[in-house]
Order: sequence, then structure tokens, then C-alpha cells
Amino acid sequence: MYEFIAFYIFAISTTILFLITVMSKNVLYSMTSLAGGMVMISGFFFLLGADFLGVVQLIVYVGAVMALYAFAMMFFDATKDVKEKHQNPTLVFLLGGLMALVFVVMFSAPIIGDNIQALYPVVDGVGNAQAVGMVLFTKYLVPFEVAAVMLLVAMIAGIILAGKKMDYSLTECEASDEELDAEILKGDA
Amino acid sequence: MLEIGVNHYLVLSGLLFSIGFVGVLRRKNLLMLFFATEVMLNAVNIAFVAIGNYYGDLSGQMFAFFIIAVAASEVAIGLGLLIILYKKYGSLDLDVISSMKG
Repeated sequence: MYEFIAFYIFAISTTILFLITVMSKNVLYSMTSLAGGMVMISGFFFLLGADFLGVVQLIVYVGAVMALYAFAMMFFDATKDVKEKHQNPTLVFLLGGLMALVFVVMFSAPIIGDNIQALYPVVDGVGNAQAVGMVLFTKYLVPFEVAAVMLLVAMIAGIILAGKKMDYSLTECEASDEELDAEILKGDA
Repeated sequence: MLEIGVNHYLVLSGLLFSIGFVGVLRRKNLLMLFFATEVMLNAVNIAFVAIGNYYGDLSGQMFAFFIIAVAASEVAIGLGLLIILYKKYGSLDLDVISSMKG
């Protein structure tokens, strides 16, 4: 009963918030509703017994990713409305509706698949965080480490792309490295 | 009737994914396109966790973790690229940015 009420509250609010995200003309409204929708999605994770994932969703998505978007929006003009030229809106909604049907059928396919067995069953007697840790650090150790390296690479790339010589075009520079270094040294002096 | 099964979660996940998909189709602003991809990634996360819960399997949650990690790195790099594009063109509109004819 409580799951029923909670599911429908979360489902309706998530859908509405994400619709605002997709339809709104204002970047600020869009971002705020996206953050709200992600909080609601963590509610689904708690309902499904994935406590640790729900907390990670709150910390990483709502905390880190949204803060990153908020910082990035300082570089763009977020107050004025986004002007977009739509050439064929009916076609977009027709395609979207068709794809919606396909996705719903596709995502519902596991319902009729009955030959699937649990590869790493949920361990009894421990909480969700312990069970996740046991599987993550045994069976999924290598992907976990690779993900760590990927995050490091992404961090360095983000710093290089956004932070280094912010008044200097990185893509349109045809000067050689020595000239560039001289330019940078001159700029520092 | 009052029982919430895996079907509910999967249908909801498909709906949210479609919302994100419509966003990717109709948005012309790059930042808004990023938001729409986030919506799609979150929808898939719900499906993974729901199916994992249904089969009593932890793999669904594991994949959701890795999706979150991929999304975080995608945002870090993508926003860096967006800042460079904005510095270069003064706009994030795809019609302004596109340099290929056709």
C-alpha cells in the first residue's frame, strides 16, 4: 500500500519535472527541474531496496553533476531565454511517440523472459551497502578500477579544456609549441 | 491492483527515456541536449535497478553505478567542450555552431 502511494507520487513528479526539463525555454528552470527529478529518482532506488545506490544518486548526481552544471552556467548567459528554431515540430513528436512505444515494449521485454537467473544473488543477512561492496570488490573489481581511471582522465580533460588559458582559443591555434610557450610566458610576465 | 511490480518500473523507465529522447530530437541548444541525455541515463538506471530487484541480483545495481560514473565523466568533459565552443562562437545553438553544409 505504501509502496503504491510512494511509487505513484515519485512517478508523477519525476515525469512532470523531466517534462519541464525538456520543454522549458529557460536554462535555469530546466536545470532546477532536472535536479528535482533526480532527487525523485533516488526515491525509486530506495523503494527498490538499493539504498546505497540511492545515496550515490543523491551525492553524485544532485550534488556533483548539478553543481558542475551550475558552475558552467556562469560562463553562459543563463538569464535570457533560449531561442530555438523548430523546423518540423509535428514530425518530432510523431517520431518521439513512435519511439516511446518501441522503448516501452523493449524495456518491458524482461517480463516475459523466464530463463534468466541471478548471476550475483543478493546476500542474506547483510545490508545493501555491504552486499554491494562484496560484489563490487570481487566480481566487478576490474571495471571499478577502470572507472576510477576514466574519472581521473575526465577530470584532467575537464581542467585542460576549461581552465587552461581561458582567453586563448585552443582549437584555432596554428602556432607551433615554442611560439605558444613564448606567448604564454609573455602573458604571465 | 495495489501491487507495484517490475512492470510498473519498466513502463515508467520507458516513458522517461522517451521524454529524454524527445528532448534530444527537439532541442537545438547544446546545454539543453546535455540535460536530455541526463534524463535518458537516469531512466535506464531505474530499469536496471528494477530488473535487478526482480531477479534478486546485484548486477543491475552494479551497472547503474558504472552508468553514474560514465555520466559524471561525460559531464566533466562535455562542459569543458561547451565552454570552448561558447568562447569560439558566442552561442550554443546548433544552427550557429554547425559548420558543415547540408
